[in-house]
Amino acid sequence: MVLGLALAGWLSARSRAWTLRANSGRRLASLPNYHGWYVGLWIFIPTVLFVVVWDAISPGLVLQSVLGGPSADGLPALDSARLDALREARAVATGALASTTNPDALPMIAPFSDALAQYRWIGIALTVIIAGAAGAWSYLRLKPEFGARTRVERVIMAVLILASLVAVFSTFGILASLIFETFRFFEMVSPLDFLFGTFWSPDPMANPENPDPTRYGAIPLFWGTLLIGAVIAMIVAIPIGMMSAIYLTQYAHPRFRAWAKPALEILAGVPTVVYGYFAALTVAPMIRDLALSVGIANASSESALAAGLVMGVMIIPFVSSMADDSIAAVPQAMRDGSLAMGATTSETIKLVLVPAALPGIVGGVMLAISRAIGETMIVVMAASTAANLSANPLDSMTTVTVQIVAMLTGEGSFDHPATLSAFALGFILFLVTLALNFVALSVVKRYREAYE
Amino acid sequence: MSEAITTPAGEPPAALEPVSAHRTERFEQRLKARYAQERRFKALGLAAISFSVLVLILLLGNMLLNGIGGFQRAELSVEVDFVQSGLQAPTSGATAAETMRSLDEQGLRSVVYRAAQQSLGAAGADQLNSEAWREIAATIHTNPAILTRKELLSLPASADLSAGYSGEGTREMQELASELVARDLLRKSLDIGFLERSDATDPQLAGIWGALKGSVLTMLVTFLLAFPIGIMAALYLEEYAPKNRWTDFLEVSINNLAAVPSIIFGLLGLFFLMTAFPTLRSTPIIAGVTLALMTMPVIVISGRNAIKAVPPSIRDGALAVGASPVQVVFHHVLPLALPGMLTGTIIGMARALGETAPLILIGLRAFVATPPEGFTSAATVLPVQIFLWSDEIDRGFVERTSAAIIVLLIVLLLMNGLAIYLRNKFEKSW
Amino acid sequence: MTVTHPNLEALEPKMNAEGVSVYYGDKQAIKDVSIGIPAKYVTAFIGPSGCGKSTFLRALNRMNDTIPTARVEGQIELDGENIYSTGMDVVQLRARVGMVFQKPNPFPKSIYDNIAYGPRIHGIFEQKSDLDEIVENSLKRAGLWDEVKDRLSDPGTALSGGQQQRLCIARAIAVDPEVILMDEPCSALDPIATAKIEELIAELSGRYAIVIVTHSMQQAARVSDRTAFFHLGEIVEYGRTSDIFTKPIEQRTKDYITGRYG
Repeated sequence: MVLGLALAGWLSARSRAWTLRANSGRRLASLPNYHGWYVGLWIFIPTVLFVVVWDAISPGLVLQSVLGGPSADGLPALDSARLDALREARAVATGALASTTNPDALPMIAPFSDALAQYRWIGIALTVIIAGAAGAWSYLRLKPEFGARTRVERVIMAVLILASLVAVFSTFGILASLIFETFRFFEMVSPLDFLFGTFWSPDPMANPENPDPTRYGAIPLFWGTLLIGAVIAMIVAIPIGMMSAIYLTQYAHPRFRAWAKPALEILAGVPTVVYGYFAALTVAPMIRDLALSVGIANASSESALAAGLVMGVMIIPFVSSMADDSIAAVPQAMRDGSLAMGATTSETIKLVLVPAALPGIVGGVMLAISRAIGETMIVVMAASTAANLSANPLDSMTTVTVQIVAMLTGEGSFDHPATLSAFALGFILFLVTLALNFVALSVVKRYREAYE
Repeated sequence: MSEAITTPAGEPPAALEPVSAHRTERFEQRLKARYAQERRFKALGLAAISFSVLVLILLLGNMLLNGIGGFQRAELSVEVDFVQSGLQAPTSGATAAETMRSLDEQGLRSVVYRAAQQSLGAAGADQLNSEAWREIAATIHTNPAILTRKELLSLPASADLSAGYSGEGTREMQELASELVARDLLRKSLDIGFLERSDATDPQLAGIWGALKGSVLTMLVTFLLAFPIGIMAALYLEEYAPKNRWTDFLEVSINNLAAVPSIIFGLLGLFFLMTAFPTLRSTPIIAGVTLALMTMPVIVISGRNAIKAVPPSIRDGALAVGASPVQVVFHHVLPLALPGMLTGTIIGMARALGETAPLILIGLRAFVATPPEGFTSAATVLPVQIFLWSDEIDRGFVERTSAAIIVLLIVLLLMNGLAIYLRNKFEKSW
Repeated sequence: MTVTHPNLEALEPKMNAEGVSVYYGDKQAIKDVSIGIPAKYVTAFIGPSGCGKSTFLRALNRMNDTIPTARVEGQIELDGENIYSTGMDVVQLRARVGMVFQKPNPFPKSIYDNIAYGPRIHGIFEQKSDLDEIVENSLKRAGLWDEVKDRLSDPGTALSGGQQQRLCIARAIAVDPEVILMDEPCSALDPIATAKIEELIAELSGRYAIVIVTHSMQQAARVSDRTAFFHLGEIVEYGRTSDIFTKPIEQRTKDYITGRYG
């Protein structure tokens, strides 16, 4: 409806502008279309604002008028029953519910639908009045020399700026929500117990009023995260990703590159849930069987090694493309200089290109680590939920992200420290990845600038 | 740095031995070792690439091998004599649900069971899927004429029998399966219904339509939010933003947001669910908004690159004929940059489509047996469905999971293919 | 067709090119060029930009191999051995025929490591003290020793442009080549730095065969003994530098020297 009103304003203002132009016999300062937009926006923005406000306040107004009526006297005194009855009556009145059996709600239905209809009409009337007033005011301002265009463009700019602020809002939204919930968690469990404790076994069924802080030691999670994401995955991803990039850029025949590169891109596009399934179904049993066959008896079928290996494979394309970009940024002159000295290609790569590209590569590896420790699905599906502080990669281990998922998909209520601990873990994860990304991006940026 | 002009060192450098160092025996020998090293290094590179390709083949092959079974199901041949059964088709104009209720009240279940007993024997009839009558009811609804005939129907077997057919499950089931196969009453056949049904506890009856629809609805929300906002933010940052600390901050926060782990967005979404919109739990709209926040930075970054690729001469040309900065951008820059922006958007959307972790947190992990009706009804999405099924130990679900993965990969492949096609079609060199 | 000045005395040849053509894909960049490079003298290639002089220079130590589409026909000999024959190893060739580029391209390493790079990869030293000696001698010969001897561990990129170029020359000298190719070595430098490089070229010419590509005729006149004038992928005229500049035979050479084009 609002759109219709705005459209009407747009059309009438545009035709008005055409008439203005015809009457005055000279060119307008702005094209007629802009006059149309000007009036249209003048109608659209205030009415939308009004509709939003009205949506927020009208339920309250409806409720007041219903409670003020005579049928409200029959309502039960008990708060919860009273609210239930009101809610059900409203649901039936709006058509969200087909019928209700609540005897308290039944007499309330008719007053509710009356009040709803009444306020609906008031709302529509107010909308039309506001639209009309705004439209008329802006319409009257249309003159041949009126700069409608600049005004419309100012609105466009404001919208653009608002759009680019969304990123900032979400960053702050993330920060605020994490800090808020983490703070609630730290009111129940001391940060020291959380950050330095070595035993993790929150009990979501325990009494939330009196949590056992010794069960909230997150060190085993940090250790598991680092071992899987920053050690095992990187042992796979860094050498293979680097060598892939080197081979593709320095040695491969263009025809080989033409199909090997898309293969890497497909590997990068595989959803993590698929990797997780692959890890859990194929890789983990394979590793356990392998370990058993060489005589390691206590190998877990949810070993850190399986999750780390598959995560490493997932990261290979990422490392490879970062290394590719970094090496490509090294000026050709360096390569020529080394080759002209009689160095072989591999000597040139090892002694000149890679050292020259090192800042970019290091930045890329940091981004890769940040991605690996924040990766969730692979570890949720292939790693364990049991927190072990062990150096043996064949043991089952858990990670920060696994515990976030475990705590938030469990049975605990949202006020329970076990649930809130997920936010504290998320906060730590956010801070660490933020720091890694920030440093990595500035390293990469400085590196790019050095060769530009 | 300025250079002081200095005279070269007083003493002339000592002359080297006359024979050049590069034609000695020693140099030649060392050269051989250096070339061996070169070959080793090159082989290492090839091995690295081959490893990735091999893993890809292993992964896809694994899914394909398991997934083929997922597109099939074990079906029993049952002859139903509808004429004898006395079932009456409900009046025309009845909805599918009404037809089903009416047929159920007329005793369709026992009709089917008796027919199965006749065709398969008592043991076989017990292994007819308990929900098989629903499929018959649906057939009757679309084609009431079969009530006047004898029909040979292919009906889903039970999960147990299906497992027996695949060589798993209990011994009895394996024996029963091989007996029925020998009598040509049990076979695997292509299961189109997999794409039309929704989640079920029985792998024989499970389908992905519900999850697929949930994904479509979610992606719709994500696209409607992330695309316009992303494009507008990219336009502002690239075309209008003054270069100062404030816009630097904007830029840094966008770049960082693009690298924040996806699960953090899940926590953000959950926080808003808990505090502001508890009724939206498990719905496509909250999933879409969460994914939009995640996708938006990707669109901004690729959008900015697309805008950067538009040569400044076009802007100068338009400005020179008196266009305002807003007109320049909307009339000239945006149309030229749009294909590049679309490419980035599709890639971002593909990533969002495969995203699982944040959606699990905001409650899309519930068992949803009916496809979502709208943006605010409970739903699940394809990757979450995969995650849920992957937890089931039933052999039937292993196959179904792989089949769902194949569907997801095909959709992603199509999206990426579209992106590559757009990129190649509209790629211009200035 | 190349016009060779009639009264040109024969010098001991180091390199000899015979009917050399270079193609980039379908495009012919060098057409049937033949020229001798004398040992222990400076030969200059002059000509307008795009005339192929740099391409020909890169053919002399097979740097064109690094461009996938490049193809070389004809024969280039180093001490009588065809450098494009299968028996010639490209690594060994480049160790014998060094190259200095248009833009100084020190590696992102210390000054010391820049010079030591060649000796290290080729293994032409016995012990650390030998390497120190090679580094010191090379820097001395390049006239850079006094300026950098106290900061050998500073990065090579921290030097000024002229110092960087001399570092690159020292780097080339360190592997003790027989020929040094210089591709417009002064085009990125200021006049003072240029003067120092030219001084250095004069000093080195007694030891190495030097080939210098330059677009500056004054520079060619100052540093070289022999000059070849390139135009459209051919050598138009070849002779003693003094003759080319004072008594050019071909009209195109005259036009170029008097500044009609270029």
